[in-house]
Amino acid sequence: MIMQEELFLPLPKEEAPERVMRPSTTYWQDAWRRLRQNRGAMAGLAVIVLICLFAIVGPYLSPYSYSDQSLIRANRPPSNTNWLGTDNLGRDIATRLMYGARISLAIGVFASLINLTIGVVYGGIAGFFGGRVDNVMMRVVDILYGIPSLLYIILLMVVLGPGFGNILIAIGLTEWLSMARIVRGQILSMREQDFALAARCLGASRWRILFRHLIPNSVGPIIVTATLTIPQAIFLEAFLSFIGLGVSAPMASWGVLASDGLAGIRSYPWQLLAPAIAISITMLAFNFLGDGLRDALDPRLRS
Amino acid sequence: MQKRLACLVLALVLIVGGIAGAERAAEQIVRFNIGAEPETLDPAKSTGVPEARIELNVFEGLTRLDENDMPQPAIAESWEISEDGLRYVFHLRKSQWSNGDPVTAHDFEYAWKRALAPETASQYAYQLFYIKNGEAYNAGEITDPSLVGVRAVDDYTLEVELEAPTAYFLSLAAFPTLMPVNRKVVEADPEGWFLKPETYVGNGPFKVTKWVHNSYLELEKNPLYWDADSVILDKLVATTIESEDTELVMFETGQLDITNTVSRPEIPRLEREGLLKVVPNLGTYYYIFNCEVEPLNDPRVRKALSMAIDREAITEYVTRAGEIPAFAFVPPGIPDAKPGEDFREVGGDLIEENVEKAKALLAEAGYPDGKGFPTLNILYNTMDMHKAIAEVIQEFWKKNLNIDVRLMNQEWGVYLNSRDEGDFEIARAGWIGDYVDPMTFMDMHVKDGGNNDSNWSDPEHDRLIQLAKSSNDPAVRMQAMHEAEAILMDQLPVMPIYYYVEAFLEKDYVKDVIYSSLGFIDFKYAWVAKH
Amino acid sequence: MILVLWVIATVTFVLMNIIPGGPFASEKPLPEAVKRNIEARYRLNDPLWKRYVDYMGNLIRWDLGPSFKYEGRTVNDIINSGFPVSAILGVTSVALALLLGIPAGILAALKQNKWPDTLAMLAATVGVSVPSFIMATFLMYIFAYKLRWFPAALWGRPSQVVLPALALAGFPAAFFARLTRASMLEVLGEDFIRTAHAKGLSTTAVIMRHALKCALIPVFTYLGPLLAQIMTGSFVIEKIFAIPGLGQHYVTSIYNRDYTVILGVTIFYSTLLVTLNFLVDLGYVLLDPRIKLTEPSS
Repeated sequence: MIMQEELFLPLPKEEAPERVMRPSTTYWQDAWRRLRQNRGAMAGLAVIVLICLFAIVGPYLSPYSYSDQSLIRANRPPSNTNWLGTDNLGRDIATRLMYGARISLAIGVFASLINLTIGVVYGGIAGFFGGRVDNVMMRVVDILYGIPSLLYIILLMVVLGPGFGNILIAIGLTEWLSMARIVRGQILSMREQDFALAARCLGASRWRILFRHLIPNSVGPIIVTATLTIPQAIFLEAFLSFIGLGVSAPMASWGVLASDGLAGIRSYPWQLLAPAIAISITMLAFNFLGDGLRDALDPRLRS
Repeated sequence: MQKRLACLVLALVLIVGGIAGAERAAEQIVRFNIGAEPETLDPAKSTGVPEARIELNVFEGLTRLDENDMPQPAIAESWEISEDGLRYVFHLRKSQWSNGDPVTAHDFEYAWKRALAPETASQYAYQLFYIKNGEAYNAGEITDPSLVGVRAVDDYTLEVELEAPTAYFLSLAAFPTLMPVNRKVVEADPEGWFLKPETYVGNGPFKVTKWVHNSYLELEKNPLYWDADSVILDKLVATTIESEDTELVMFETGQLDITNTVSRPEIPRLEREGLLKVVPNLGTYYYIFNCEVEPLNDPRVRKALSMAIDREAITEYVTRAGEIPAFAFVPPGIPDAKPGEDFREVGGDLIEENVEKAKALLAEAGYPDGKGFPTLNILYNTMDMHKAIAEVIQEFWKKNLNIDVRLMNQEWGVYLNSRDEGDFEIARAGWIGDYVDPMTFMDMHVKDGGNNDSNWSDPEHDRLIQLAKSSNDPAVRMQAMHEAEAILMDQLPVMPIYYYVEAFLEKDYVKDVIYSSLGFIDFKYAWVAKH
Repeated sequence: MILVLWVIATVTFVLMNIIPGGPFASEKPLPEAVKRNIEARYRLNDPLWKRYVDYMGNLIRWDLGPSFKYEGRTVNDIINSGFPVSAILGVTSVALALLLGIPAGILAALKQNKWPDTLAMLAATVGVSVPSFIMATFLMYIFAYKLRWFPAALWGRPSQVVLPALALAGFPAAFFARLTRASMLEVLGEDFIRTAHAKGLSTTAVIMRHALKCALIPVFTYLGPLLAQIMTGSFVIEKIFAIPGLGQHYVTSIYNRDYTVILGVTIFYSTLLVTLNFLVDLGYVLLDPRIKLTEPSS
């Protein structure tokens, strides 16, 4: 028998082992992939990007500044020179809206993030550990709910004075409470479920169960609450500037523009409509994005 | 011919219609808004305008102010004043409380001493400090109330002794703090007699019949009022609505006849529709310079700042209700020494606006074209109008003097505290007179005065004020105050901006309501025309 | 619970005394003598600790003291007359919000990504992004000013409840709709729902008996603080519609530095809040058989 050399040649090496699995994607890659497939969410994201551009670039393109007054041209309706009309001191509303967007968007997003972080961690821990831990933590929430926020906001104003960071502190102090309660409720209802038990049987640590299993599973209400806090934060800022904690005039955020416009709703409706519509469009965009994120992040919908 | 006849008939119809239009309506009710829940209806203790608007219609003092804010005989039929102006004797008419008790001089004596008593703790007790020993009694320096300079000689004669001649004492006698109260009723329930209609006994043209807290009060004609025949209205409804927007909707939908104020953006429209009513208000809107802060300690800087703003633009485009640009501190509407003359007209304008001069002054003070001028803060309490005015002034200073200021708003309580502690550079302020005399505007700038937040003082100015206070001669008093005001306006620790007016809405069928420049509303002679 | 209330009362007491301004501050400062008399009468010249001890002593007897601002009225008085009004308005608007929000949320979840869903969520988005003060002005403008269907303000007749209740219900209704939809979607994907379907239960029965119960948990959680908040009155709505409720007093008392009213209403509000939250916690167990309020079994 002639030894055929070919027989002993190793098979040509395959480029890669046969794929028996779908490519391993991380949780976040997967979420992003699914988010991209959601048309509503992408439209929302596009609008948000546009609004951000409007806020960042817009002011440089406008012939006016947010403080340029022209008293004889006060309270003019929308026209060629002032697309959205002018306010009570003859300032261009469109320009003021662009500057206002910087403040309001930043506050909305940061406040929402602060709220999300504190609320989720706090509520998650309380709900997961239950018992005495939960009891103490929730009583602290009750206490913070009970103390009138106006009191410490005034105090903050006196101690810190106006400023952007101080607005965030004030909003951060007041807004995370309902998030914490909602997350806790969700975790309470989930921690006894099979998947949590399974994870525990596999030896997952408590923290891993909480942050990798329970919280991602309650992502729906969390995202909803988070997107809903954005308009709340925008209007809370308007209230804070009433106390004297907001940005100082003549700079004005959307909330301030809207509440200023409210007084003239009958005679000069555009002064209210412009900021109100801006806020509503932004909110719609955030909500669409939020819904998309919810679907994308929910582990049960993973395919 | 026929056409002419038709015209004549038409004209006749219009005239008759016009007269008929001025007839009284069957329902004599006026609904007005006082703008806030009254904090108290005890005349001895109340301080605000909403309270006074009720009390003035429920009580009557020795005098009552007429449509020109001049005191007229009311419960006092007549009076005599001593040569030196220190002693007043009032002769009271026979009249009744709304519960049928007679109103006597003892009621006045009791009411005034009660308002002064330290344990009453009345905030407006100082309205009675003009009375001999009034301040000492209030401060607890004397404890015997019989030393206080008010005494009922008999049931219908009241004798009053003053600390110093007080030209405006007869006007003060119409003020709520000096109104009589029914001793029997008050002593039965000192803390709550004014809360219940049954025990809220008054002696004025109306009486309270219902008080729904934070909502409205109802007043009805008081049949026992001595001059009840002159009172035409059967009923008054006083709402306590705070929101300008809400009262406007209520006014336009027929739920309200007189509003408390008016939303600024709506003024042009309402003026066109003929609903806006503007009455003078004895008050000045101004900015305070903190004279201890660099560079505001330099009078040239203060003058430059004052010269570089356009007050007319502010009243025409920002406040919009017909406010009067202020070129001095004391507002118009106060009589001078000679009858028929106005203190402001006699005094004239004391400051000017001139951008070129302002620039020169600023350069002279070491800041040519605003170079090196520090960024100052304008402090105001949060309110749309204060904000708008501050924004406009900020722009004027930037444009005309090339200096930057920052705006800083604070919540009311914090703002008052900052002002009181001198923790500000430039602050907005407003002052509403307590009585119709220049002194209510002039005595606040003296050294260490409780209202002198600018930390400014001038010995000559203080001497003139003291002179005016101690003199009984109108010519001397007014002259001294004119001179003091000239010093004040030359030094400018305060920068006047405009004189207040009161703008609100009134239905055209409401007739003969008396609006005082002190903010009071008197419905004694008011009536409703057919509409 | 008592401990919680005590902490709230103490912190509030300290806070309100350190913020600048006082109950008798005004633009026309008072003469010294007058100021002293007032301080003596309201015992503001006592040291802080003494006022604190006295207040706590009275609090045990539920005596909240006299108002500093409203002469002759006690805080108990103010609460007794204001709370019923706010509570009626609050309960009406929460009921309205639940009636509107939850069905809308269920419908949206069942018809996910179809037009009823889009419509409901659009309405809900507008509902949350328009704050109540703009909503109130708007409602008043349309229904009282233009159409004249309802009176613009004041309180007493049922027609006067409609506009403020609607204005107040807008935000929670939208919030409820979104929360219900989100958690409903989640629950619908769970095993026990599949089981129920497999048992052959009708869709309606599955939704009503099984899914809804669990889906309402976040709604329920939010309901506790919301009720407490809305029953003690909304400052803005009460002010706009001139309603004699407790909400106006609460905020105004802080601006006025009416110390006893601030404290009294805070304590009252907190009691309500703590009680309602406790009931919510109890409600969890009833609503969701999976929940235990103890430590997880190991």
